[in-house]
Amino acid sequence: MAGYSPGTRIRVRADDPDHHTRMPRYVRGHVGEIVAALDRWPLPDDCARGIAPPRVQTCYAVRFSAADLWGSGDHTVTVDLWESYLDRA
Amino acid sequence: MTEHDDLPAAARTRRLEERLIAAGLTSDDEIDDFLTRLYASASPVNGARMAARAWTDPRYRDLLLSDGNAAAAQAGFDGLSYQLRVVANTGQTHNVIVCTLCSCYPVSLLGPSPGWYKSFAYRSRTVREPRAVLAEFGVPLPDGVQITVWDSTSEARYMVLPARPAGTEALDAGQLAALVTRNGLIGTALV
Repeated sequence: MAGYSPGTRIRVRADDPDHHTRMPRYVRGHVGEIVAALDRWPLPDDCARGIAPPRVQTCYAVRFSAADLWGSGDHTVTVDLWESYLDRA
Repeated sequence: MTEHDDLPAAARTRRLEERLIAAGLTSDDEIDDFLTRLYASASPVNGARMAARAWTDPRYRDLLLSDGNAAAAQAGFDGLSYQLRVVANTGQTHNVIVCTLCSCYPVSLLGPSPGWYKSFAYRSRTVREPRAVLAEFGVPLPDGVQITVWDSTSEARYMVLPARPAGTEALDAGQLAALVTRNGLIGTALV
């Protein structure tokens, strides 16, 4: 378990899984910053595939800058992402 | 006007219900009971009461922002089926909630979600150009205000704590709560 603390910079995996995931396509491959650890919850990817028991992982609120995501914009977007969607940047 | 039952999504939902019932996973009665319980109490009045209390009680505000579920329980809404995270608007920051994957949102505190919240346009544009979306909702934001978009992709549900309007010092908690709208708790209105 990586246990990312707030402020840690992570990169979302650039995977394109052939099953259900809650890793939105628009953040894949992008670098963001951990805002908070939310809780530990079953990984939706495992639940949707009927994998029992599913992996239970920490889910993080991760902040991205619009400029990084879209090439323009001065806002930020915070997305909740399970640990296995992330690598340390 | 199209009846809700005629919509393709309603037919698809009904087929899914029939499959779940046929598989013995639930029943019509169980679904009806659940929806009745949910919608009997789900209302933006609930979130508005919490927001107004946070405006008048600094300790409650701290609790609301640090442990939304504990704050909800203090206001009489215990046993939420999600982790509640409340984000506060200030003079420098405006928060707005979206769910790009579907339409997640704290139903018990905000009431049934509006149709536009589930639309592809709102879901795709809010993360891309929130300032333009908010302008269409009639929310004027000075250039210096930082917009923070929260995409509800997990088991957490987000609610915005609007900034207390100026000139409301004389109002009591009930009058303050009456100012707060569902859109204010989503972030598509100032209050």
